[in-house]
Amino acid sequence: MKSVGLRTELNVERIRADFPILHQAIHGKPLVFLDSAASSQKPIPVIEAMNEYYRTTHANVHRGVYQLSEQATALYEEARRKIAAFIGAASPKEIIFTRNTTEAINLVAYAWARPFLREGDEILLTEMEHHSNLVPWFLVAQEKGLRIRYIPITDEGRLRLDLLDTLITERTRLVAVTMMSNVLGTINPLRPIIEKAHAVGAMVLIDGAQGVPHIPVNVQELGGDFLAFSGHKMCGPTGIGVLWGRRELLEAMPPFLGGGDMIRRVTLEGAEWNELPYKFEAGTPAIAEAIGLGVAVDYLSRIGLEAIHHHEQMLVTYAMERLSEFPGIRIVGPPPAERGGVVAFVMDRVHPHDIATILDREGICIRAGHHCAMPLHERLGLTATARASFYLYNTIEEVDRLIEGLEIVRKTFHRAG
Amino acid sequence: MEDLYREIILDHYENPRNYGELPDADISYEDDNPLCGDRIRMDLKVQDGRIVDVRFSGKGCAISQASASMLTERIKGATVEEARRLTREDILEMLGIPLGPARIKCALLSLKVLKAGLYGLPKIDWDELG
Ligand SMILES: Cc1ncc(COP(=O)(O)O)c(C=O)c1O
Repeated sequence: MKSVGLRTELNVERIRADFPILHQAIHGKPLVFLDSAASSQKPIPVIEAMNEYYRTTHANVHRGVYQLSEQATALYEEARRKIAAFIGAASPKEIIFTRNTTEAINLVAYAWARPFLREGDEILLTEMEHHSNLVPWFLVAQEKGLRIRYIPITDEGRLRLDLLDTLITERTRLVAVTMMSNVLGTINPLRPIIEKAHAVGAMVLIDGAQGVPHIPVNVQELGGDFLAFSGHKMCGPTGIGVLWGRRELLEAMPPFLGGGDMIRRVTLEGAEWNELPYKFEAGTPAIAEAIGLGVAVDYLSRIGLEAIHHHEQMLVTYAMERLSEFPGIRIVGPPPAERGGVVAFVMDRVHPHDIATILDREGICIRAGHHCAMPLHERLGLTATARASFYLYNTIEEVDRLIEGLEIVRKTFHRAG
Repeated sequence: MEDLYREIILDHYENPRNYGELPDADISYEDDNPLCGDRIRMDLKVQDGRIVDVRFSGKGCAISQASASMLTERIKGATVEEARRLTREDILEMLGIPLGPARIKCALLSLKVLKAGLYGLPKIDWDELG
């Protein structure tokens, strides 16, 4: 009963040739990498761009008057422009380089929520958030006496949007929600949330860690206020992430970290903040990483986010079909049409860590645990799940390898007698 | 696969020895490894410096549960001093399987629980297991 047309618009063989890491054996078996939701692999153009930068162009940015520094600055700022275009930002000034999603969310917590929210104000989160979109709010809430509320999820892993009208009130100042769950795979409908939040004057922060790498995003059409994402999950390097924010908001916010580059003028009495985006980029930034992320964005754009998303949905549909036929396996989350390329599951009598260890011996990388979403697992009544996640370089054959690997898990644990 | 999920490991996982709780335990201690949700509790009955009875309970992966089960067999009847002297190497030798850094904590959780209990410590660090 194959309901899926196993078609893809991607030339996956050609794409795979761009990812050297994929062509190796692990424990003597060809590597099957199904953990891109944790961190994706990097294509040659990204690796080469960073290499080339260090070989030919490196110098500190924004300070030198010599040619090398000017070239480094130009490359760094070009990366910012590419990223602005990639997410449809009104201006590169709205693109703030951070280390990752986590730091981007913390920036908003410390430089927006902390100075602007008052005791009794409410922050609305959801039950499916990653710890990095929970803990920063816990910290400010504790300090400022804020109230945190949650949009619950259904048993299928959808947000209870029917409750929005009671959850979003005049006291709501911020709604922070993930574009896509890193466990359930659910792609959340953001528009109704943004509309209802804006209707009461609340801001909306979108955790784009799982969304931006896999789904086309245009922040001006979407209409949120902040968007956070990580380079390493979208074919870029580690150590670089992005906070996009609406310009008026960013202008009104005090700096996050103090230091060099973020000031216009310092006297012994104080300092005058630099203009956007530098106000939020204290100290020497991750220059090579920003350049690498710019090239990653070029790479993804050339292939097309729409096509990547369709490819992943094809893979996840097939994977869910195979997994649902597998004895003793239970999938968490909604049907394939409502998700990205992530599928988490549990198997009767076998702990997810044992699944992952046995699969590793077969050369297959999946993740096991709570995936930094402990409250979600608690809601699901589980301590851990096994998770396979897909990206543009994954294939149907790799899903088959996963299923064969799970067959070995089953045989290992469900022995006769 | 045989090397890691050996028959003896699976047997202890599926038929854990000394499983349960001791209502009149002299020492009870419980800890978890939040990373994977493994949780182990140990109840000990001690008489004249000797562990006369032991039970463990908890949930988790095959490695953590088998390790706890085997450890209870090992310490039942041993003196508290002997049990205190157990090291990580003793546990790994007892399991007899190759474990990478990612799974070693699963194997050592039961020792961590046992040692914190025996020394009456609120908590013991992984690198203090000996
Ligand atoms: C939904 C979601 N939010 C936030 C993060 C945190 O990303 P990073 O660790 O790059 O800051 C992740 C990463 O796993 C994620 O999946």
